[in-house]
Amino acid sequence: MTRKLWLPGFMATLALVLPLATSANPVLDDYKAQARQENPAFKEFSVDAGRKLYTTVGPAQISCSSCHTDSPKNAGKHAKTNKVIEPLAPAVNPKRFAELANVEKWFRRNCNDVLGRACTTQEKGDFVAYVSSVN
Amino acid sequence: MKFRTLIQISALAFLTTAWAGAHAQSADKWHKECSSCHIAYPAKALPAASWKKIMSELDQHFGVDASLSPQDNQEIASYLEKNAGKRLPSGEQPTRITQSHWFKSRHEEISAAVWKRPAVKSAANCGACHKGADAGDFDEDHVHIPK
Repeated sequence: MTRKLWLPGFMATLALVLPLATSANPVLDDYKAQARQENPAFKEFSVDAGRKLYTTVGPAQISCSSCHTDSPKNAGKHAKTNKVIEPLAPAVNPKRFAELANVEKWFRRNCNDVLGRACTTQEKGDFVAYVSSVN
Repeated sequence: MKFRTLIQISALAFLTTAWAGAHAQSADKWHKECSSCHIAYPAKALPAASWKKIMSELDQHFGVDASLSPQDNQEIASYLEKNAGKRLPSGEQPTRITQSHWFKSRHEEISAAVWKRPAVKSAANCGACHKGADAGDFDEDHVHIPK
C-alpha cells in the first residue's frame, strides 16, 4: 500500500515544487542568469524599478508609456503609422516575452529610441518583472 | 541513359523545391519583420538601390531604430533587392515610396486634405484606403477612402 502511494505522492510534490524553482517566464530566467553572471551579488529584479522605468521620459521626450499607454494591459497605437500595438502584459497577451531573441530586438530598438542608449540587464529584468506582474 | 535523365530531373526538382522553399521563407521573414510597425511595403514599390540604402540605415529608419540582427537584415535585403521594381528612368533612388514619380502620378487626384484626415494620417499609411494592402492587394476597385 505504501509502495503504491509513493509514486503519486512524489509526483504531487514535484508539481508543487517545480513552479517555485523556476519562474513562470523563461525570458526572465535568462535575464536572471545573465545578471548573476555580470554581478555575483545580484538577488532579484524589482517590479517597482520596472514600473518607474516604464514611465521614465528620455532625451526625445518620450517614454515607454507614450506608445504602450499608461497600462501595459492596453493596446497602443504607432504614433506615425497608426498601426495597433498589441498589449505588452503577458496576462492579456501571452505572445509577449516568450522568445528571448525577439525581446532583445525590441529592447535594443526601444531603449535606443526612448533613452538614447542600451538598457542594462538589470533594467531589462526589472521591466519584464513589472510587465509580467500586471494582471 | 534513361537513368541519367531521371537523375537530372530529380536534381532539378530538388533544386527548384529548395529554391522555392528558401524564397518562401525569406518572404515570410520580410512580411513578419516589416509589418510589425507598418504594412509590409511590396518590394516592387522601389528599385533595388533604394532598398539597399533603406536596409543599410535601419537603425535610423525615418526617426526610429528598426534594426534587425545581421542575418535577418541580410536575408530581407536580399529578398527586397531580388524582387525590387525596375530602375527608375530618372535614376531616382527614393527612400520614401510616396516621393517616387509613379506614386505621385497614381495619386494625383487625392487632395492634400485627404492625406491629413485622422483615419489616413499620412500617404505612407496605404492600408487606410487600400484595405488589402498588407496582403499586397492594391486593386483600384477595392479602394475605400475614409471620411
